[in-house]
Amino acid sequence: MAILTKEEAKKIIDKVLAFSKADEISVGLSGDRSGNIRYARNSVSTSGETTDLSLSVTSVFGKKSGTATINEFDDASLEKTVRRAEEIAQLAPDNPEYMAMLGPQNYQETQTFSESTAAINPNFRAQAAFNSIDPCVKKDLTAAGFLQDSAGFTATGNNKGLFGYNKSTSVDFSITVRTADGKGSGYATRDYNDASKLDTKSATEIAMQKALASANTKALEPGKYTVILEPTAGVDLLQNMMRSMDARNADEGRSFLGKKGGGTRLGEKLFDERVTIYSDPMNLEIPSSSFSGDGRPQEKVAWIENGVVKNMYYSRFWAQKQGVKATPPPSGFIFQGGTESLADLIKGTEKGILVTRFWYIRAVDPQTLLYTGLTRDGTFYIENGQIKYPVKNFRFNESPVIMLNNLEAIGKPVRASGNLIPPLKIRDFTFTSLSDAV
Amino acid sequence: MGRIVSPEAFLNPGDDVAVKKKLADAALNAAKSKGASYADVRIGRYLNQFVITREDKVQNIVNTESYGVGVRVIANGCWGFAAVVDVKSEAQMAKAAEDAVAIAKANAKLMKEPVQLAPQKGFGEVSWKAPIKKNAFEVPVKEKADLLLSVNAAAMANGANYVNSILFLVNEQKYFASTDGSYIDQDVHRIWPIFNITSIDPKSGKFETRNALSAPMGMGYDYLQVNPKDKVTGVTTRYNMGYDMLEDATAGAKQAKEKLTAKSVEAGKYDLILDPSHLWLTIHESVGHPLELDRVLGYEANFAGTSFATLDKWQSKNFQYGSKQVNLIADKLQVGSLGAVGWDDEGVNTKKWDLVKDGVLVNYQAIRDQAHIIGEKESHGCCYADSWSSVQFQRMPNVSLAAGKTPLSVDDMIKDVKKGIYIIGDGSFSIDQQRYNFQFGGQLFYEIKDGKIAGMLKDVAYQSNTQEFWNSCVQVCDDKDYRLGGSFFDGKGQPSQSSAVSHGSSTARFNGVNVINTARKI
Repeated sequence: MAILTKEEAKKIIDKVLAFSKADEISVGLSGDRSGNIRYARNSVSTSGETTDLSLSVTSVFGKKSGTATINEFDDASLEKTVRRAEEIAQLAPDNPEYMAMLGPQNYQETQTFSESTAAINPNFRAQAAFNSIDPCVKKDLTAAGFLQDSAGFTATGNNKGLFGYNKSTSVDFSITVRTADGKGSGYATRDYNDASKLDTKSATEIAMQKALASANTKALEPGKYTVILEPTAGVDLLQNMMRSMDARNADEGRSFLGKKGGGTRLGEKLFDERVTIYSDPMNLEIPSSSFSGDGRPQEKVAWIENGVVKNMYYSRFWAQKQGVKATPPPSGFIFQGGTESLADLIKGTEKGILVTRFWYIRAVDPQTLLYTGLTRDGTFYIENGQIKYPVKNFRFNESPVIMLNNLEAIGKPVRASGNLIPPLKIRDFTFTSLSDAV
Repeated sequence: MGRIVSPEAFLNPGDDVAVKKKLADAALNAAKSKGASYADVRIGRYLNQFVITREDKVQNIVNTESYGVGVRVIANGCWGFAAVVDVKSEAQMAKAAEDAVAIAKANAKLMKEPVQLAPQKGFGEVSWKAPIKKNAFEVPVKEKADLLLSVNAAAMANGANYVNSILFLVNEQKYFASTDGSYIDQDVHRIWPIFNITSIDPKSGKFETRNALSAPMGMGYDYLQVNPKDKVTGVTTRYNMGYDMLEDATAGAKQAKEKLTAKSVEAGKYDLILDPSHLWLTIHESVGHPLELDRVLGYEANFAGTSFATLDKWQSKNFQYGSKQVNLIADKLQVGSLGAVGWDDEGVNTKKWDLVKDGVLVNYQAIRDQAHIIGEKESHGCCYADSWSSVQFQRMPNVSLAAGKTPLSVDDMIKDVKKGIYIIGDGSFSIDQQRYNFQFGGQLFYEIKDGKIAGMLKDVAYQSNTQEFWNSCVQVCDDKDYRLGGSFFDGKGQPSQSSAVSHGSSTARFNGVNVINTARKI
């Protein structure tokens, strides 16, 4: 029962709306079934499954709003929840930035739901874990992994006529393989809407290969190096940058998009001209809901085009104050890439370092988007187009803004954490110290 | 997070202990009858309140409540767990226990070694309450919002361009019962007032921030009562068991502005003087995490990582984790700390034990199913779950640096430093997956030249290696300077769970640490 159909969801929402005595009311209804399996030391450690269905009511009087939630669906409980939201609203202070609720919207149908993911059961998870553990046991390697799947829906409606419904599924898998002596470690991760695309064995084989190849490292001096960032390595830094494109922070002068003398860098060329980043809920590889949390439609938006900052995201309040379109933040983004594979990028590199992933990335300076973090689970030296030997992990201090000005080459994008990210070849990437960690 | 409720719901005392005992017994009996060799039940009611403001506006007041039950069993030598929301009947309890046994039996087929649980005596019907003086949930929301608005006004009046402030409140009402014969009722309170002040120089387009020097505490609203005895004066005022938020915001606004024109640090080696408001985070990352036994054994390999502090180093009995001045203590008893409880989430009475003694690694943090691995006969009592719906597992107790035994003030410590930096407040933090290499920033940096504070610095971060860093510790101030820091949000596990933990220390000196300059141009 956790995944209601569009009609079932609308029926409940309409019933709740009818109980309202407030100026405005909006209802959110969501449910999901999610499960997971975790293993370490080649043995399953925990696994579980939960289902949830909950309803949230926001009632508004003037500029006072209150929210109440419930997970019981008889008429009396629904009405009680509406009354409770109204009571909380009456007690709340005025929110001067409150924006009246949206009226009817047009949402596109996106391809976020997959039957194969919705059908996952404990046997599927156990088999997925076995397919990952078994090859490791056979090679005297140690596997630690985690698989999490979810199938659910979100519906929203209000007394201004807005209604939206989206059904979605997701499966996330990550695997770390270590050599028995602890000298080598490899990693791979996969995420999809459609679980039939997931092959835990082949992902594990990549992690195994990296674990074996990363043992017995050589230490290179910290400094500036040409790097090839695999999508798993590039995604976190890029995601951090995209999450910093809030217009209000930029207008207030506390963002990397703030400008000397006031104003923002919207319209300025801030990156290499080959950098184009956009979002599109209709993209078939990373489909996402066509409406945001507050009911605004998600559309195709160019954020950075040919190196120029094209758009920032806005709250509805700030967009109205600035007199611009209230573009919501995207749920995933697409870094437009080329056709070269990771192997092609390696082949075309005279001297460089291949980075599998970064770890423990934290902001150092929000002004310049300087981040620090470390390489992890497979860092290799490349010479004359070939991987020569594994190197000790580095700590970096680098800004994605600087990085995207030092672009050498862009490969073919692949899905990483709900985004499409190409492998990137970057010159002068700043490593500041060595780490003994494996 | 739980369901949203009205603040009045917090004053409802929740179910009576007798009702909880009846529900718990239903689950324990069902588990045993289905073949469990051990079972425990946690009936939890978790209350949270967040008051969120910016400048002269209350942005949001969020009240949440979450109530449910988690049942954990051992059957066929394997753990099983099931959780149920809003439990009302003994039949629901029995069903959850049966589900947990079924999962244990299914997982037992993939198990390599059966669980070995350290023996634990039952305590009968007992209770523990956080020693709070004023329950923060009983303070009207308006009073809390007004306090934050006055804090914001003080910051704005003293030159801030923007200020955000938040008050976090937590109350965990936890009832634990196990087949060992324990029925434990506990009432845990936490409070954390924070702010972030931004100062902008429009001409240069530069901005600087200063965060609150408060600590999250295992206290009630009494933490916000101003008392001169809780203040540590010096280059800026810091706070012990009582926090003057208004005073800190006033100073913070001036300091955020001062940072704009502060000198950018010259990279190189410096002697660092680290205030407890800063050092807690370095202790947390470089001592607390590497000495978690589950990390050492590889259970966190795919997420948080493993540890450099391997069993052979501990077995050698001479692994020099730090200098002789370094004594690091695990403690679940410390009054006012976030980790303090009477019993942990598997019914073990809490205690205090040494992790590093006179610089040498002597122990880890272990729970009931790990104690045998390090030759201990009983658990350390540091098992925790962040919700009734999460499985309890090994979590960090308070881990603290013991105060120096010789009388020593901060002023006396600074007097001997030729080229140093005095760091106050926590900032950016990052450490590798085996806890060797780390980098930390801070809130306030002061240059020390020839024994005197020479002015404010900015763009400071230090990088070191855990063992090298703790071996460079040459002095720790005495207990008059001892204070707690900490976090509500220590993350571990998949799915990730949050845990609240405190770390105490007095100001300490570390010689010859590598400092980098973090300024960049974009």
